[in-house]
Amino acid sequence: MMSRIYITDTTLRDGSHSVSHQYTLKDVERIAGALEEAGVDIVELGHGDGLTGSTINYGFAPYDDFEYIKAGASVLNKSKLAVLLLPGIGTVNDLKKAKECGAKVVRVATHITEADISEQHIKAAKDMGFFTVGFLMMAHGAPKEKLLEQALLMESYGADVVYVTDSAGALLPNEVYERVKLLKDNLKVPIGHHAHNNLGVAVANSLAAIDAGATYIDGSLIGLGAGAGNTPTEMLVAVLKKMNIETNADLYKTIDAGDDVLIPIIKEKGKELPRFTSDSLIIGYAGVYSSFMLHARNAAEKFGVDVRDILVELGRRKAVGGQEDWIIEVAYELSKAK
Amino acid sequence: MSEKIKVAIIGPGNIGTDLMYKIKRSKNMELAYMIGIYESEGIARAKAEGINTTTKGLEDVIDIDDIKIFFDCTGAKGHLHHAPLLKEKGKIAIDLTPAAVGPYVVPAVNMDDDMLKQVNVNMVTCAGQATIPVVAAINEVADVEYVEIVSSVSSKSAGPGTRQNIDEFTVTSKTALEQVAGADKAKVIIVLNPAEPPINMRNTIYTIVKNPDFPKIKEAVENMVEKIKVYVPGYSILLGPIIDGNKVTTMIEVEGLGDFLPVYAGNLDIINCAAVQVGEAYAAKLLEVK
Repeated sequence: MMSRIYITDTTLRDGSHSVSHQYTLKDVERIAGALEEAGVDIVELGHGDGLTGSTINYGFAPYDDFEYIKAGASVLNKSKLAVLLLPGIGTVNDLKKAKECGAKVVRVATHITEADISEQHIKAAKDMGFFTVGFLMMAHGAPKEKLLEQALLMESYGADVVYVTDSAGALLPNEVYERVKLLKDNLKVPIGHHAHNNLGVAVANSLAAIDAGATYIDGSLIGLGAGAGNTPTEMLVAVLKKMNIETNADLYKTIDAGDDVLIPIIKEKGKELPRFTSDSLIIGYAGVYSSFMLHARNAAEKFGVDVRDILVELGRRKAVGGQEDWIIEVAYELSKAK
Repeated sequence: MSEKIKVAIIGPGNIGTDLMYKIKRSKNMELAYMIGIYESEGIARAKAEGINTTTKGLEDVIDIDDIKIFFDCTGAKGHLHHAPLLKEKGKIAIDLTPAAVGPYVVPAVNMDDDMLKQVNVNMVTCAGQATIPVVAAINEVADVEYVEIVSSVSSKSAGPGTRQNIDEFTVTSKTALEQVAGADKAKVIIVLNPAEPPINMRNTIYTIVKNPDFPKIKEAVENMVEKIKVYVPGYSILLGPIIDGNKVTTMIEVEGLGDFLPVYAGNLDIINCAAVQVGEAYAAKLLEVK
């Protein structure tokens, strides 16, 4: 019998990229309420780029993080409310405010090679009583030995879980397996996995992670998230049920949360339902941060260049998460070179 | 040989060592001492350059009368210890740490007579030195309501001090953008990029302005860049300014001089170049008085 799996749903955080960070407080209450009802363990919410990510660079949201957190906290009871914090964008002070507004879990995210910038935030989060997750992004971007070294750092700062986060949706199932396995064999804390479906293998990667010993898995309703989206939570629940792996989630209620609550909200906003496009495919193929997609589309239109050229060039320059400003520069240079 | 003012560096780490080479070229300053607390590579380098050294800390040389200016390249804690000692002895402290005991100084913006009456000034941060002048220039002609900077530096050029205190870095830069550049509100983002070969320091500066008079903004930014280049030769505009409604975007790059630190570490170079510029101004003033 395999271990119980804890599901983190990120419809309201990674999915925020897909609606250009335009959720209303009512949307948050309704979606979080449906996820609570469905029995999802952790509900992550807020701007796609984490606390105080509402900026020119990443896109402004109509409300600040703390208003969203309060809205989520008003309906979450059994499900724990999580926020994302990227050191360099958000601060320990923001985390304190998040705590006061009702956040229980924080995921402290750094690029795969930069774990040491999370030390002050992970330690502070633990002191504040947060359940603290170390989130190593762009996990395809360095050899697995480097990933292990960085994961051990996060564990040493006090992280309760460490995630292999495939921000670019660039990993294949065997690559996820070997990364998670290496962490599982060398860390004492549980391991998690966050997948993007850019190469069409998000569910397969989630299963490979579980096979290698991961016990925390991310999903989002109908797969709403950056790039081609994340592992669909309802599909994850269904697959785990078939495999007789225990979770706290109810399949029908998870499906209903997507069908009856989320889909009408997305349609109402005139946004696209998640699907693969040539852009998201190139993101996975070139290993680019998934949330660059919509920004790259806007820049391509503005500067009259091919979005794929922008994405491939960003992959070549090894842009990391947070460098959305480079998209403008690359688009501008491509337009001049034409 | 013309007369020079004697100065000392506290903290023979990477920054202090690079600063040593820069001060050696100075017009008004003579580096009299490199101050450490143990035998280190930096102390050895200073010796090799013929500079007096001590490993007994500031207290060992603070009583040397003709050393007038001290550059503090230690850390926030170190400077909080050094600042009162220096003040008591009537020395000038140029603080490169995040301690911020004295006011923020950015040579191209606020290094006026009043500033030079201060006995302790703080060099903000590398991102602050790189972006505050441009924002101040835009604010002067267009009134900046909001500024947001994204500062990308190579992972290799971000030392343990920055890494363990990244919040201090963003918060100090934000405060200085509001106080020195005059933006109503500021947001600072720092991103470390591990790409090889390492990237040069670059900063994207977004401003939301009240008076989007593009020709004036463009001229103000270009004039300011010329002013910065005087003391930071590797400073250049990468893109813009470009305007979109009331949003002005400018990207700048800083290539270092490669004195001791590699050229990609423009972030470390610019704070040292700025500190030398401040030192020159103090020294010139002291020489006049004499």
